[in-house]
Formats: sequence, structure tokens, C-alpha cells
Amino acid sequence: MRALAWHGKHDVRVDTVDDPEIVNPRDAIIKVTSTAICGSDLHLYDGYIPSMKAGDVLGHEFMGEVVDVGPGSNLQKGQRVVVPFTISCGSCFHCGKKQYSACDNGNPADNQDIAEKAYGHPMAGLFGYSHMTGGYSGGQAEYVRVPFSDVGPLVIPDGIDDDKVLFLSDILPTGWMAAENCDIEPGDTVAIWGCGPVGLFAIQSAFLLGAERVIAIDHFPKRLELAAKFGAEIVNFEESKTYEALMEMTGGIGPDAVIDAVGLEAHGFFADNVIDQIKVSTFMGTDRTHAIRQAIIACRKGGRVSMPAVYGGFVDKFPLGALMEKGLTLKTGQTHVQRYLKPLLAAIMEDKIDTTFLISHRMPLEKAPEGYKMFHDEQDQATKIVLKPEMFEARAG
Amino acid sequence: MTWEDDVQSDDAPSTTAKHGNDGDLKRFSRAVTINRDHGELYRFWRDFSNLPAVMDNIISITVLDDNISEWVAKGPGGSAVKWRSIVTEDIEDALIAWRSDDDADVFNEGRITFVPAQGDRGTVVTVVMAYDPPAGFVGRVIAKILQREPEVQLRRDMRRFKQLMETGEIATNVRNPAQLAEEGK
Repeated sequence: MRALAWHGKHDVRVDTVDDPEIVNPRDAIIKVTSTAICGSDLHLYDGYIPSMKAGDVLGHEFMGEVVDVGPGSNLQKGQRVVVPFTISCGSCFHCGKKQYSACDNGNPADNQDIAEKAYGHPMAGLFGYSHMTGGYSGGQAEYVRVPFSDVGPLVIPDGIDDDKVLFLSDILPTGWMAAENCDIEPGDTVAIWGCGPVGLFAIQSAFLLGAERVIAIDHFPKRLELAAKFGAEIVNFEESKTYEALMEMTGGIGPDAVIDAVGLEAHGFFADNVIDQIKVSTFMGTDRTHAIRQAIIACRKGGRVSMPAVYGGFVDKFPLGALMEKGLTLKTGQTHVQRYLKPLLAAIMEDKIDTTFLISHRMPLEKAPEGYKMFHDEQDQATKIVLKPEMFEARAG
Repeated sequence: MTWEDDVQSDDAPSTTAKHGNDGDLKRFSRAVTINRDHGELYRFWRDFSNLPAVMDNIISITVLDDNISEWVAKGPGGSAVKWRSIVTEDIEDALIAWRSDDDADVFNEGRITFVPAQGDRGTVVTVVMAYDPPAGFVGRVIAKILQREPEVQLRRDMRRFKQLMETGEIATNVRNPAQLAEEGK
């Protein structure tokens, strides 16, 4: 089959690789119909995530048709499914608590060593996201082997277009969990750093969960425009001083809850950011964390800090004092996707959440390397790129 | 060998002691909580012929009688290493202890316990093992044959044991059975 493989920093290629087949009883094989490039794929593209190997097939946002099942799967051939990016067994202690991204068993035994050393405990397996999270082949391919297919994939009713439900695989539940982690109370203002896909879904989710106001912070005009469309007040950090603006806009209280939807590649010419960037480029090993620092400083006393943003390692100058002295609560984590699939599918079908607005480009799988470059270089216009393997087949046929 | 260390002043397992584990026998341990009944886990383990499924470096285990089994492990270049293991203690649903027979190239012994976990979490399974690190050149070759890092092997085997018991299968990232065969599994 054809698949998008990582070969190094800023080097991804569509290669011909072995087809996937059923290996374990609970497996299913999915023929991919739609697969998106995620902001966190850019972390791989930029070489920030360790434990990648040349030839690794990327992609963790995908959906498609079931074409083969093992005897332990409850799926049927021909069903359309969206696949969560987290590979979770459904039977361990953590899955029992619906902490699916903390699953004990989704990550192969040998791969668990890396995270056990780095983080103290191994996390769930993830599709197409380095060997620390399992080394699984991802969904930017014609076919994918999906382990524990009786737990993860969500069957999509007929008549609903791929574009409406594809983002259930990652970014929609991630935006939702980010808002849920804000423990929103009536009258609350939620401030969100980053109006990428997760930030934009967090805006919609925060309003649905009862926020009175949402303030969105970014510097890309197109993204801020989308944020405003969903009812957020917007702050362009290149034009306005973020902390000062937030204090004025909240009568000096500060936002009741803050969301970092930026993560380890924060932009902007801030002193701490520049130092972080130098350290990253010289392998002194620190994540670029301007957004989370600013969010903690702006958050009101006793407020909530939600961090869906991806971090991999250690940070310098983390404002631990502000966190403690102001009595903030910090909630974070990879998304427990399986927990949110059914309620969010219902919200999509009831038109409470809009997802299709996000897609700026659709292209064949063969054009994936161009898609990566575009998503990386043109973040203002390229809000979300969806790859369609069948567009390739149609062209080839 | 003593499994409990009566000179310690705290409640930590003796294998985690900072000092005193530098004698002739290397001791190490691994605890894992498995979301299954202790009897079920004991019965799986007590039938030693089940264990190659979770132990990556073990090719086969032949049960000779209730207490004696013959183990064959992977060696370099496709070779195989054999030894006999003798059950020295057996408490149903709770504990199995074993040691290698006197002809073994590397003396080794171990004990596995199955204790119901707190809060309905299943069973805490703890393995404590000890081996006599071989001396000299021949010893080093044998150590390589028997896995250079028994601790690494143990923690991976215990994860596979947990996966198999909790999910009915062992997680793998291969794309197809051919790749699995290439990896020798």
C-alpha cells in the first residue's frame, strides 16, 4: 500500500510499504477514506519528538471502512468508523476509570521502557506518533491495522459525510476535554491561547459548557476571524499586550479559566521564547513554553489552568510560584478520546458543533508531503488539511 | 537466600534497598497490578508451559513432573540454552518459588506471589529473582546468552503477562504476521 512515512526533520515521503493484516484477535483493518494532518504531526515534522525512526508511517486522525476483522472484534466488514488516536484496551484499571490515554496495555511491552524512564509510567499507545507511544503505523495510509477494535472505533451512521465526523478522532474531543478541564461555572470568562483546530473547538465547547465569555489569543488573522465567528472576543498578541488586555477586559479579575492550546512550538518574539528556541536548537532540551507561562500569570486567583497542548520534556522558568500562590488548579493530559465519542457525535448530528468550517484543503494522499509543508509554512491560510487516499485511486484508475 | 530483609528499618521491599544488594547473588524484583482474580493468575503461571507466550527469550518449557521443568532459552546465532527448574515452594493461589538445579550454568532462583489488591483492583503480582553473575570470560558469554539484563527482561515479561491476562492478547505494533515472525515472536 501507499503510506506517508517520516524520514527525518522536514522530510516526509509517500512510500510503498507492506499491507497491514490481522495479527491479534481484536484487530480490524480499516481502509482509510479521510485522514488529517494534525498540529502535533508538525512536532514530528520539526523533529521535536524523540524516538522516531525512518520509515515510520504517520497519521493519528483517520476514518474509513472496515475491510477485515479478527475473531475478537465486534466490528463488521463494510461499516464506516472513526478511529480514536489513543490505542486503549478497555479492560485495565485506567480504562475502567475512562482514563483511556493512560491505558496500561495499548503500548507494546518493549516500547513502554522509554516513557517509564522519561515520565515514571508508560502511557497508552498512539497511532503514528513515535516509538515512545508504541511505534504503531499511522493513518496517513491506504490501510491501517487497528488493535483493540472492539473498544476504540465509533461506527458512523450512513448519510453523514466524512468531513463532519473525521475530527472525532482527536481534535474535537481534545478541544472538548480542554473546556471540560476548566470546570466552567456560570458567569465565567475562559481565555484560550492558540486558535488552531483545538483552540477553535475549545471555544465552541466552552460556550456549550456554560462559559459567559471566551477570549481567544493568536496572531494569525484568519484564525482570529474564525474564533470571532464562534463568538469569542479576540486578542492579537502582535497588536496588543496580552496580559494588560486580559486584565482590562475582565475588570482586573483575570480569566476564571485559561487554556493553553499552543504547546511546545509557541510563536512570538518574547525574551523567554527566544531563549527557549536557542536551547531547543542547540539540544539543551527545553520545550518552548511562552503560552503556558503567560496563561498562568493571567489566570485569576483560585482559577483553573487547562493544558491540552502537547509537551514532551522539561521546561525552564515555569511559574510554579504563581501556580501555588494564586491557588490555581492545573489539569492536562492526552485526550481520553473514547470517553467523548458518543456525546460529541450526538452534538454534531444535532448541529450544536460545527466541524467542517475548519477544512481549508483536501488533497490526495500522494500530495501529503506538500500538505505538510503548507500546513507548516502557511498557518494562517492552511487551517486544516485532509488527505483522501481515494482521490489517488480515482486518479490512478 | 533470604527473601525478607530483617535488618531494614522501613517498610520498603528489600530489593529496593540502597545498600547490601551487592553480594554474590544479584536480586531484583518487579510488581505489577493485574485486573484479574489471583486464582486465575496463579493457575496460568503454575502451568509453566504457558509462560513462553509472555517470556520473549524463552523458546519452550517442558513440564517433566509436578515440580520439575526444562527451560530452553534463545542464545546468539540461533543457538539454545537449557536448564532444569525445580519448584521449591507452592501455595495454591498465592505463591510459587523455584530454583535451578545444580547443573545450571548460572544459578538462578525466583519467587512469584499473588496477593489480592486493595480497592477491587485485581491482584498484585510480585516476582523476586536472584542469580549468580557468572565470572570470567566463559561466564560473560553465558550471561549474554541468558540475556544481559535480566531486569529488563523481567519487566517486559511482566507487562506481557498483564496484557495477556487483561486483554486476551499481547500488544504489538507490527503491521502483519510476517513482521511478527521476523521479530521471532
